[in-house]
Amino acid sequence: MLFIFPYITMLLTALKPKSDITDIPPTYLPKSYVWSNFIKVFQELPFGMYIRSTVIISLATMIIGIIVAVPAGYYVARNNFRLRTPFLLLVLITQMFSPTSLLIGIYRELSALHLINTYQGLILINVSFNLAFSVWILSSFFKTIPVEIEEAAAIDGASRFQTFRKISLPLAVPGIVTTAIFTFIAAWNEYVVAYTLASSPTKQPFSVGLSLLTGYYEVKWNYLFAGSLIAIIPIIILFTSIEKYLVSGLTAGSVK
Amino acid sequence: MFELFFVSFRHISISGLIKGWAGADNYKALIDNSDLSGTLKRTAIWLVVVVALTMALSLPLAQLMDANFRGRRFLRYSVIVPWAASLVITATSWKWILDPYYGLMNRILVDLHIVKESVDVLGDPKTSFLALLAVGVTVSLPFTSFVLLAGLKSIPHDIMEAAVVDGASAWKGYWAITFPLLRPAFLVAAVINSVYVFNSFPIIWVMTQGGPGYETDTTTTFAYKIAFRDQDIGQSAALAVGNFLIILVFIMLFLRLSKWKDLDQQ
Repeated sequence: MLFIFPYITMLLTALKPKSDITDIPPTYLPKSYVWSNFIKVFQELPFGMYIRSTVIISLATMIIGIIVAVPAGYYVARNNFRLRTPFLLLVLITQMFSPTSLLIGIYRELSALHLINTYQGLILINVSFNLAFSVWILSSFFKTIPVEIEEAAAIDGASRFQTFRKISLPLAVPGIVTTAIFTFIAAWNEYVVAYTLASSPTKQPFSVGLSLLTGYYEVKWNYLFAGSLIAIIPIIILFTSIEKYLVSGLTAGSVK
Repeated sequence: MFELFFVSFRHISISGLIKGWAGADNYKALIDNSDLSGTLKRTAIWLVVVVALTMALSLPLAQLMDANFRGRRFLRYSVIVPWAASLVITATSWKWILDPYYGLMNRILVDLHIVKESVDVLGDPKTSFLALLAVGVTVSLPFTSFVLLAGLKSIPHDIMEAAVVDGASAWKGYWAITFPLLRPAFLVAAVINSVYVFNSFPIIWVMTQGGPGYETDTTTTFAYKIAFRDQDIGQSAALAVGNFLIILVFIMLFLRLSKWKDLDQQ
């Protein structure tokens, strides 16, 4: 119960009419349940705009991330090249650095590329932060596909690329979906980088937008939380669907 | 592949470059910064308290999630929620709950006669840091519990049964058999959790902005503040390099624990 306490409070607050919000002391339950808050949030706050930015950034991050990570993961899984061990080590290490401590570097880099306050800049950063995890988890998925199947295809005259496209890729679909969802969620919830780089409201994802809204003198908490709930519910559903793989991915298999 | 190398290296080398340009002055400025020692102390407390409490609580929680009872599904889902939900939203909601006038926490505390009148939890550096620690623990718990749960699942049930047959009590069997087998999962969860907790930014930033003043800053938010509020990029970069080194230590620990070379051979 402790875990969901803040979210229950959010829900109850989101359902309160405006007059209830400023009651002192606050009421536990709304006096009347105003479900229309969930629709009004789009008029009362620039919430539609935030969601639009978030969806653009997350979707693009997911698609680009997968396009880059699938071949990389496949290559790492199937080939024993000389620098493979250092490469995997590098991938692991980059996963552990926080965006916050890299922010100065990112900021300088993106201003050199004129990508500050653009979707492209945020997408680029999100992709690079999630690549390590994606490659890691995808390569472990590809490893579970028996090499013999690929060899059989090769004997039947398939080229390497054909084997990859027609045999391995379809078999790895669950892994690819998991990775895609994970990247999507990570980009969806990303805060620090967007907070620093997206200065104009039209480019801000909802995490940044909501945090800025709480700084105002009069905060419309009921709408704010209605918006927050709309933003987290799809993520929780997606998250539940990949939870099983997530643990093994994040601990890089070291628990087993 | 090369693209990946490039991307993953890029940020790090740029921070390194800044270090080269600025010389030692930034480090001197950082060390002379009067808020640094307090921040370092708080970072240490933040790290130790959050990680220790998280680990201590996640073991029983993982056991509970593993146990067979009717509310298990509900329990698992409610543990997933704070993990999946954006930290910004969770922190915002806590900020509202702790609001001195409109927040529910004060209503509960007053109703339970714990306090006489509303307190401004986040306004007072002492209590606000405590509140941050508590929120830090609740958002860290899901990950560690699920790692431990995965660890628990990998322990065959017959081992435990064999011990019971041999006359071990449930409690003794637990400490003698389950716990040692769970140790790798426990250590890995602790190290990864330490990295997350150390890097944690949104909770502190949303709830207090490290304030009042610098009273609830950790090195992560402190570095951000110096760079983007005080506009002293050089000094902040110096601190960021320090943060790098600390994380490197954790990574070394992680690599030793996970024996990742064996992993690569699988």
